[in-house]
Amino acid sequence: MILISGDAERHIRAEGEKCYPDECCGILLGRIDENGRRRVEDIVPVPNAGRAEERYHRFRIEPDEFMRAEKRARLRDLEVIGFYHSHPDHPAVPSEHDREQALPFYSYVILSVRKGAAAEISSWELSCDRAQFNHKEMGRAT
Amino acid sequence: MAVTILIPTALRAFTDRKAEVEVEGRTAGEAVAAFAGAYPDIRHHLYDDAGSLRSFINIYVGEKNVKDASGLETPVRDGETVMIVPAIAGGKALVRDSGACPDDTGRRP
Repeated sequence: MILISGDAERHIRAEGEKCYPDECCGILLGRIDENGRRRVEDIVPVPNAGRAEERYHRFRIEPDEFMRAEKRARLRDLEVIGFYHSHPDHPAVPSEHDREQALPFYSYVILSVRKGAAAEISSWELSCDRAQFNHKEMGRAT
Repeated sequence: MAVTILIPTALRAFTDRKAEVEVEGRTAGEAVAAFAGAYPDIRHHLYDDAGSLRSFINIYVGEKNVKDASGLETPVRDGETVMIVPAIAGGKALVRDSGACPDDTGRRP
């Protein structure tokens, strides 16, 4: 399960709408409690580093952005717990391309943006054998 | 040279949740190899079957990606940090999606 505040989710939705018809992307910083629940404490929007003509269906986070987010997280006693990206005019479910590029453990939050308006949002984790994404419940952090 | 390996969250399952460990090495490559030697289960996540570092793994010495320096031969100084940074990418399917993935119970959302 992943807990996310209303503010953080609104921020992701706004990013998705701002970047439409391209995909937006960013990094989730947070904590993992003793029960394995993840709690998003901050989000770090980053530019989609994919090629301009492919950003409508691809996203890429530059390693430099990841490195800086990782250092920022450590300074605040947080962890990089996952990533978010949008699927313009596409369901909020992982694609085969998402699976091929993903890593186990991390939460992958996907926002569907339909005709420019943010729609459903969901969270996924890649299975350890990399065979499939598993859907994970999203809850509201208070 | 004693250097500190900074471990991304995804790999901490193999390091008893340690976020950093100290290893010996004169180059970035030696430091990462020493790290993989200390935690053998992590090896196949970092290296392919041919023993090369996987293409989606980036190594930083301090804040510099070794791809912009001398690669794994990039020298490291005593006390420096070596960070393992996975590349992150994805996106919706180009032509058609393979469909929703089943969750832990086998249901599809």
